[in-house]
Amino acid sequence: MLEKRVVVCLDVRDGKTTKGVKFQGNVDIGDPVAMAKKYYEEGTDELVFYDITASSEGRGIMIQVVEQVASQIFIPFSVGGGISSVQDMRRVILAGAEKVSVNSQGVKNPAIIEEGASLFGSQCIVLGMDVLADKDFPSGYRVVINGGRVPTQLDALEWALRAEALGAGEIVLNSIDTDGMKNGYELTITRRISEAVRIPVVASGGAGRPEHLAEVLTKGRADAALIASMVHFGDYTVPGIKAYLAGQGVPVRTDWGSGVR
Amino acid sequence: MKIGLIDYDAGNLTSVVAALRHLGADYQVVTDPKAFPSLDKIIVPGVGEARSAMEHLDRTGLGQAIIEFASRGKPFLGICLGSQIILDYSEERQTPGLGIVPGRCKSFLTEYRRQNLPDKEFKIPHIGWNQVRVIPGDGIGTRLFDGIPDGRSFYFDHGYYNVPAESQWVIGQTDHGITFPAAFGKDNLAAVQFHPEKSGIYGLRLFDNFLKRIS
Repeated sequence: MLEKRVVVCLDVRDGKTTKGVKFQGNVDIGDPVAMAKKYYEEGTDELVFYDITASSEGRGIMIQVVEQVASQIFIPFSVGGGISSVQDMRRVILAGAEKVSVNSQGVKNPAIIEEGASLFGSQCIVLGMDVLADKDFPSGYRVVINGGRVPTQLDALEWALRAEALGAGEIVLNSIDTDGMKNGYELTITRRISEAVRIPVVASGGAGRPEHLAEVLTKGRADAALIASMVHFGDYTVPGIKAYLAGQGVPVRTDWGSGVR
Repeated sequence: MKIGLIDYDAGNLTSVVAALRHLGADYQVVTDPKAFPSLDKIIVPGVGEARSAMEHLDRTGLGQAIIEFASRGKPFLGICLGSQIILDYSEERQTPGLGIVPGRCKSFLTEYRRQNLPDKEFKIPHIGWNQVRVIPGDGIGTRLFDGIPDGRSFYFDHGYYNVPAESQWVIGQTDHGITFPAAFGKDNLAAVQFHPEKSGIYGLRLFDNFLKRIS
């Protein structure tokens, strides 16, 4: 049986992992390569790196981070942030990332999803989408871009279906309303999108306790749950979260060979 | 002992290279059939689509070199697309394969529709960690999965699955809507649908087994 994935997200700025609340007030919390290695050894199923660097020098540093991660960890990881062309995609894929994620740029230029999928395969192309509750939209949620600051006229469900048709192989669905609040994921839209598309949906935004992951992986019908501050600040550990999920009957990988040489 | 890592323009090799370096393997990336005489074992990785991969293998002569290498009984490990193209045929764009092992590579979606499985219950592509039941036996499977407990999870990412002609060649099975061969093998040839280079410590162990136990 296909297991539900616990995905740890690292926001990287100028080569350092940072964490903020609602995209504001980021603080540096460590070296992304060392953190990635620790999460890998603790049985994390997948990692996501978001490059939130503004400068081009920082982008170069990010490629070095990706190369170092790829040489040391043997689980899949994706890289997003600042991907605005297929050349950018190629750069992170050649550096060793399995998947590349587009968000705002996919909205501004949907062809990038199609081109990326035809060049690298759908399994490489992740659509990151930020959504905000808005009852004027058919699904009740609208797509927002540029880190949640700029609203679009796209309905969340329609955009997810369109991205799937364009060739996206997976969706990371982040709720701006719940992100950083630690009160749980946005279950309604996660379930709607997950039931409507055939590709896997990774829920993001709002995890504060292991119960939240259990909820979104069952009631929310998500295929994976993304976490960040829950584990970055030491409140919880990945093995602890997975033991809880397994106890709740959620199928997760619980033996990652920690005793094997 | 020289391992050839075959580069046939199907996805990038970075992860497999990282795993081989981690294990201290003596490997070389091979793009030219002329390199084959110096190789002891080959690994054929691959992410992507069957038809363009086969076209590349035909055009460069790598396909013929792989067939000859495997037919001499030299150790072969195919991964994901590299496990699919060694069969006779793939339903992905109706593509003839290298025909090293009789069998077909089939589409999940077509099979789900044929069996009337509930729509969207089982997502396609099959992406993520899933358990592999190792089929006991005295063939290559036992050596390939040495030290890996039965039912451990490996990372998959595919929309098509392998069906070798003889069920006795299946060395590992996985469930995703249907039960499919996650790994098959015959003599010194092993083919895995999952990605050992992305399957953590057990994946590394599988590579190590190929390096040390299959010759």
